[in-house]
Amino acid sequence: MARPVSSFHRFANPGRFMRLAGRLMPWFAAVTVVLMGAGLYFALFDSPADYQQGDSVRIMYVHVPSAWMALFVYVSIAAASAAALIWRHPLADLFAKAASPLGAGFTALALLTGILWGKPAWGDWWVWDARLTSVLVLFFLYLGHIGLMYAFDDAARGAKAAAILALVGVINVPIIKFSVDWWNTLHQPASVIKLSGPTIHPTMLVPLLLLAVGFTFYFLTLVLVRMKSEIVAARIRAMRLAQLGA
Amino acid sequence: MIRALRAIAGRDLRLALRLGSETMTVLVFFVLTVILFPFGVGPAPETLAKIAPGILWVTALLASMLSLERLFAGDYEDGSLEWLSLAPVPLELVVLSKALAHWLTTGLPLVVMAPVLGVLLHLDPAGTLTMIAAMALGTPALTLIGAIGAALTLGARRGGVLLSLLVLPLYIPVLIFGVSAVDAAIFGLGAGPRLLILGGLALFALALAPFAAAAALRQAIE
Repeated sequence: MARPVSSFHRFANPGRFMRLAGRLMPWFAAVTVVLMGAGLYFALFDSPADYQQGDSVRIMYVHVPSAWMALFVYVSIAAASAAALIWRHPLADLFAKAASPLGAGFTALALLTGILWGKPAWGDWWVWDARLTSVLVLFFLYLGHIGLMYAFDDAARGAKAAAILALVGVINVPIIKFSVDWWNTLHQPASVIKLSGPTIHPTMLVPLLLLAVGFTFYFLTLVLVRMKSEIVAARIRAMRLAQLGA
Repeated sequence: MIRALRAIAGRDLRLALRLGSETMTVLVFFVLTVILFPFGVGPAPETLAKIAPGILWVTALLASMLSLERLFAGDYEDGSLEWLSLAPVPLELVVLSKALAHWLTTGLPLVVMAPVLGVLLHLDPAGTLTMIAAMALGTPALTLIGAIGAALTLGARRGGVLLSLLVLPLYIPVLIFGVSAVDAAIFGLGAGPRLLILGGLALFALALAPFAAAAALRQAIE
């Protein structure tokens, strides 16, 4: 039963994980700095302004990667939750706990930049556009996940409940997306100006992709920091308890 | 299995009938909130008729959420939930029976009351039948989805607020198709497809919610 079948289980050992995370983290952080720096340079200085939207189109370079990360992090939390429930992998719970506030942060960033972009592009701070609305719902799914995680005196109970919720949520995300699209087309057909065109010029695509990968590494770096600090905090708690017992 | 379902649902129904509070709470909330709207938006019949489907659905949704907290809480606190989990039937069936009893005591009264309140709000008579059909299909989905939230928040601090936060995003599809079905019937677009999707949502919830809620209950009584 306890036979380590793969590397998947080998890293269930917190000590081994701490060593690996410690080795990876500086590299991840370096990649983040390089990619984000280059991406931001291209995005802010070396890419053309949109012929319709002017410089406000540069909000896109933060907005789009944030929105991608918002979804990506939610899916990764769901995958980790499945691993936590099926194999009782201890690090999977830890990952979900560490990633959820980060995902909520990316979602909030996507919403805020969307609001800031909405004013110059659509002439209004908030439009009940299908995508904006879906991201808003996703934000509430994140808040529920975080709230449930910390709602119990027993942390393990909160982790398990949150894992079940994440799985229920990830099944529902496509349904919510589909119904919001339907609702939007029913209530306000084509009141929203679409982005300038279906194709995007390479001068815009390159910084966008650089920033998207940069955001991913930024997330990975932070998640490792948060997971490590969780493990350290658990050790400190255990030591304090041992001291009390002695 | 069917006998167990009848026994558990029957027990919950008897409890609800003798205590009598749940159904009344939900109905009173539903009626009071709906009555507030004419004061809020003005008594003009055309304004009210226009937003009547939305008002009825949103308030019905909030009313049904109001009763969710007690779905498992009573049995959890007095320990009967542990006995039920030891019974020789799957916990999923227990969830299903309790959800059935919950729907009969809180969902069904909403379905019955909605057309009456529709009259107060000048809901177009063309939409009344669809309103009943949509509510009859939608409220079971609300109860089933709500059962997941109720099971997850058992024993949580500030469980009530948390429960609404968990459940409301998941309610949105039901709300959208519930309202759009009634609107479609009023504008003569044919409510059929919307009702079918609503039914599909209910069946989907029926198939998955008992498993998710039972998983949540298991870790609550562990």
